[in-house]
Amino acid sequence: MLVRNIFFAVVLAVAPVSSAFASGGDTPTPPSQSWQFEEGLFGMYGTYDKAALQRGYKIYREVCSSCHSMKRIYFRNLEALGYNENQIKAIAAEYTVEDGPNEEGDMFDRTAIPSDAFISPFANDNAAKFANGGALPPDLSLITKARANGSNYVYALLTGYEEAPHGADLAQGQHWNKYFAGHKLSMAPPLMDGQVTYEDGTPETLEQYSRDIVQFLTWAADPHMEARKKAGFRVLVFLILFAGIMYAVKKRTWADLH
Amino acid sequence: MGSGPREEFDNPVVEWIDSRMPIFTMLQKEYGVFPTPKNFNWFWNFGAIAMFMLMTMIVTGIFLAMHYTANTELAFDSVERITRDVNGGWLLRNIHMNGASFFFIAVYIHIFRGMYYGSYKRPRELLWILGVVIFLLMMATAFIGYVLPWGQMSLWGATVITNLFSAIPFVGEDIRTLLWGGFAVDNPTLTRFFALHYLLPFVIFAVVFLHVWALHVTGSNNPLGIDVKGPQDTLPFNPYYTMKDIFGLILFIIVYAFFVFYAPDSLGHPDNYTPANPLVTPPHIVPEWYFLPFYAILRAITFNFNIYMLAGVALLAVFMVEFIWRHSPKYLGKSAGIALLVIGGALALFGLLAGFNQHWTIPFTDMPIPLTSAETSPISAKLGGVLAMFGSIGLLVILPWLDNHPIRSARFRPLFRIFVIVFTFSVFVLGYAGSQPADRVYWSTCIGDAQACEVLAHGAGHGAAAHHEADAGAEPLVLKFDNTMLAQAFTGVYFLFFLIILPLLSRFEKGRELPTSIHEAVLAKKQKAGA
Repeated sequence: MLVRNIFFAVVLAVAPVSSAFASGGDTPTPPSQSWQFEEGLFGMYGTYDKAALQRGYKIYREVCSSCHSMKRIYFRNLEALGYNENQIKAIAAEYTVEDGPNEEGDMFDRTAIPSDAFISPFANDNAAKFANGGALPPDLSLITKARANGSNYVYALLTGYEEAPHGADLAQGQHWNKYFAGHKLSMAPPLMDGQVTYEDGTPETLEQYSRDIVQFLTWAADPHMEARKKAGFRVLVFLILFAGIMYAVKKRTWADLH
Repeated sequence: MGSGPREEFDNPVVEWIDSRMPIFTMLQKEYGVFPTPKNFNWFWNFGAIAMFMLMTMIVTGIFLAMHYTANTELAFDSVERITRDVNGGWLLRNIHMNGASFFFIAVYIHIFRGMYYGSYKRPRELLWILGVVIFLLMMATAFIGYVLPWGQMSLWGATVITNLFSAIPFVGEDIRTLLWGGFAVDNPTLTRFFALHYLLPFVIFAVVFLHVWALHVTGSNNPLGIDVKGPQDTLPFNPYYTMKDIFGLILFIIVYAFFVFYAPDSLGHPDNYTPANPLVTPPHIVPEWYFLPFYAILRAITFNFNIYMLAGVALLAVFMVEFIWRHSPKYLGKSAGIALLVIGGALALFGLLAGFNQHWTIPFTDMPIPLTSAETSPISAKLGGVLAMFGSIGLLVILPWLDNHPIRSARFRPLFRIFVIVFTFSVFVLGYAGSQPADRVYWSTCIGDAQACEVLAHGAGHGAAAHHEADAGAEPLVLKFDNTMLAQAFTGVYFLFFLIILPLLSRFEKGRELPTSIHEAVLAKKQKAGA
């Protein structure tokens, strides 16, 4: 009892101090948005909204892909967004890839097919840095897993551009972002109202764009989420039933002791 | 396991095998009728659970190895390919990477149980030491395994940990080169780590076999910590404990499955989803959660161990061995003991304070105190940190001799019980300290001139305060409590528990009266519950 009281006393004494310092840091925590892929207790019923994924992909294609690669995603993966085989072939065919060597030993260009990965905007990291004032635009295939609280963070970043505070020392090509560590972000605000045309009547606002691209990127980082959660549900139901049976077996086994 | 008289089996195939190699007889003896104390509580489930986790890790690991490529250019991509394209690969990887965490959870609870109920005591010392060996092998295996995906934390964690070995005098640099296979953490490091990550689990398996063998010689301890006196104290392992273990195991797997399916990345670090880059250091390198207490101990040693400190500790150690650990001193008289205690304590305290305050001088002069600098201290802060970290686990090896109190279970040692809980709490605090940046300030205050404090807090350029700098009076006093101090305080608790508290308790704690037998204690409990 004494130990427990000491424990709580220490926790209570430390808690307000530590929270004061946590908020004392000048990069705010990204606010939590409500996402369809996180629905239910612990995100248990979360699913991807295919229409949002398609809109997000459109934004990636028209805006992000001019600087950011997504080299772990293949055109064939787009099936998960609700496209059929012919649509995927048509999308891939808009791109050319270098292939080879052919029988004569030469490299050649051909149109992309569904088994190709997304085409990177730059040949290599150095080319990407050179074109972007020395900053490397990260590959986006895993971005929501590679950042703490990834989906909320990317949303906060895209909507977090602000006027730089007075006295902030921004170098050329840097932009003030509330949620970026150190605030000086080399990426110019990538999205603005009305920039990408939606055919389904969804509002063409920065917030909506950001929501859609985040859902697309979350899918890209975690394409098996729906299968995982579905399997998890079955596994847990099975285990809980099994546990119930084993509880009865254990009780019964031990019942005959004196 | 021998070939003594054997009972025949009814099944002809079983009998045919058993008469040539009595494996069924052995199973029957060791897992069928094996006499097991009848008063186990749920803590006794975790050995079986840890065994299950080891098997899970080996099986999933073998399948992952079929798809993994140990090459710095390809490793990250091959892991991504496993989760994206290999059939069921996402499930395999989630089971394996969360399995490491749950293996450690099971083993930590298992170790706690061993400490709380005194399972390390005579005659189970060797059983306990084999357990510590398993724990060390697990730590090596888990650390190496975390390097394999070749993300940012893989590379930088490996860099930090392998660099520790260079602190060992004379051979440290060579050991580090051997671990690296070159002059930095690079492709040769990754390939040898993969080879070792495949090898070590089988070594663990072998030591687990020895651990279980030793257990089956001495028999299990139990919550009362008293010896089994006869058949009325025990139950056959099967079906009583097979069924109980399976039920407990399923409950454990439910929690484990929750993480595998609904929070697979919550126990890892996001930086490990960025491919390793030797040119970019992450701002805050942290190991996996199960290493955090030891990482905190490593980082807590920020001061050199000077000669005063070591001499003082040596004298105190002689005192502890002669007057506390040995129940009657063998070589020294009472006055020698007092001298050891006073001189040793004073030297150690002075050395420690001088180690912390490098700016101290000899009174009335401005000469620094001799033999306290980094160059003249026998053990540097870096080596000290490494020694403390390995020492914190090494103490577990000698635990059966640090605590030689005749009563095993904390149930009958009220003082030991309090201290073992405080110790456990300190391990949790150390874990927290290990997760935080070393310079994080929890509390600070500035005593003195308000303006001067303002300057200290916001830098000299801050507004009007700068003008007052010239005429500010005495230097303000800043008191603060930062993460390093937190880690130091609880590292102190950790070591004091083993080196001072346990020998003292062994000598002076009376303890409560033990029940006469397990059987009677169980009956008394039943009657109490029935009444």
